[in-house]
Amino acid sequence: MSTAVIRTWRTVRSSRAATIGLAIVAVHVVVALLAPLLTSYAPTVGDSSLALLGPGADHWAGTDQYGRDVLTRVLYGGRYALGVSAAATLLTVALGTVLGCAAALRGGRLDDALMRVLDAVLSVPSILALLVIVTALGSGPWVIVLAIAVVYVPQVTRVVRGAALAVVPADYVTAARARGEGIWPILRREVLPNITDVVCVEFAMRASWVVLLISSLSFLGFGANPPTPDWGLMVAENRTAITVVPMAGLAPIIALATLVVGLNLAADGLSKAWGVDRIREGS
Amino acid sequence: MFTFIARRVVSALGTLLLSSVLVFLAVQALPGDVATQVLGKDATPSAVAALREKLSLDQPAWERYTEWVKGAVHGDFGASLVSGKAVGGEVGQYLGNSLLIALVTVLFAVTGSLVLGIVAGLYRDRWPDHLISTASLVGMSVPEFVVATVLVLAFSVALPLFPAVVLYGPGATTGQLLPAVWLPAASLAIVMAAYIVRMARTSVIDVMASEYVTTARLKGLSSWRVVTRHALPSALLPTLHVIALNVAWLIGGVAVVENVFNYPGIGKLMLSSVQNRDLPVIQAIALISAVVYVLCNLAADLGAMALNPKLRTRGGRAR
Repeated sequence: MSTAVIRTWRTVRSSRAATIGLAIVAVHVVVALLAPLLTSYAPTVGDSSLALLGPGADHWAGTDQYGRDVLTRVLYGGRYALGVSAAATLLTVALGTVLGCAAALRGGRLDDALMRVLDAVLSVPSILALLVIVTALGSGPWVIVLAIAVVYVPQVTRVVRGAALAVVPADYVTAARARGEGIWPILRREVLPNITDVVCVEFAMRASWVVLLISSLSFLGFGANPPTPDWGLMVAENRTAITVVPMAGLAPIIALATLVVGLNLAADGLSKAWGVDRIREGS
Repeated sequence: MFTFIARRVVSALGTLLLSSVLVFLAVQALPGDVATQVLGKDATPSAVAALREKLSLDQPAWERYTEWVKGAVHGDFGASLVSGKAVGGEVGQYLGNSLLIALVTVLFAVTGSLVLGIVAGLYRDRWPDHLISTASLVGMSVPEFVVATVLVLAFSVALPLFPAVVLYGPGATTGQLLPAVWLPAASLAIVMAAYIVRMARTSVIDVMASEYVTTARLKGLSSWRVVTRHALPSALLPTLHVIALNVAWLIGGVAVVENVFNYPGIGKLMLSSVQNRDLPVIQAIALISAVVYVLCNLAADLGAMALNPKLRTRGGRAR
């Protein structure tokens, strides 16, 4: 296990894009964790006499219409975005990997039926599916994690299945089958180690889309509930006053864009270092 | 070749049928009794019962499903629970408005991104490539509502060229909507183009490194001819699928952008019908989107067949 970790670390170090990308993401994680130490304001409490101030010495990014410090809300906003995205991406990639490997290993009827159902799920626009699920089950963070998984598992499954299909005909898999090993041990010991690169790239890439989707959902008013500090929600709230305090709208935009650029750089760098065709996998 | 087309069409129909079942089941799972929702909490039990009968909610689910599919095939999606109007006509009106945005978006995004992607691929690792690749990375990394907000800031606040919001209802004429189309279309086109640029760049680089391009060069053909006659047809092939997927993505993408601009299109209708639990409208939009998705994929597969003779003779699968 430790050799695998060292090898991964070397790959990351060898790619400048991946290093920069992961560094940006790491900064976002640290800032979100240390938010209470970095600011003395509370993210959800405002002073209405100080509403819509421009950037100044007390409020570096100005205040919103309720007099809340925008920078504080941006710092805390990373917690919701990163927490929900990380949970959603983990669940999505884990489910997709298991389904994709199972489809590739079993083949035949199960494979056909699974792919057909996933195709049908893909044909419904993801925003509509998300809206229906969130309306049905409420907009708690766990519901959003679940909804994202429903929407994105089909695509992950397809990618992983494609990668696993290249491994399944290999002699060592046939040998494992001949030894009479079950589907789980084969999956864990023979198939998974050989598609780790694809799964890792898929994880980074999927994470960038999940962050975008979650922020869009919040922007539309179906994600984080006010007064939760969340970037998508903040853009929606501060958009109306964008001519008065442009910084209040721009700050969450910058935070969101840098996080996603970081994730995209990491995905690009890793895919290049491992030779995974990311752009084609993404289609 | 015909067996290939036939097989592809049959599997597209199968996918559609399956998605119609999924859509129906998902919408049924929305909580709350529709009849009470429509009539309000103070409705008398007899009124609720009468409405349930009118909406045939008292019948088993599979009967309602077959009724719905039968109607949908004939363009009859039932009546909206909110406005009481026929869903088919209402959705059609909004869809027409969205089509205006989609048309402009696809036109600009596809032509623009193909040109940029090809230029980036031909000038690999030189400054035009660096510029275009960085721009597309940024384009991929910002959500549509951010692009839309920035565009409003630039082109309707700083430079008042385009309207920031649409003040017309769904019945507006094309002439009334036309000035409001450009900013939403530009927001969608920027996000959409980013993906197509990357795909076009990669496939151009792949093809330019291939042996037949080297042969064409050695034959002494001009580089313009090498690119247009030999490289582009093969380079376009993988790009086709990305374009098809993006066109299908548009129908979801418009939901966000149309809400930013208050544009009376299908995305706005989608959001308000989810808020109002207008089940027939949600079902109709989901089914229409599924049809668009399946048709786009079918078109991409058939287009790939037209561009690649190998797929025609083998009669096998595209992959």
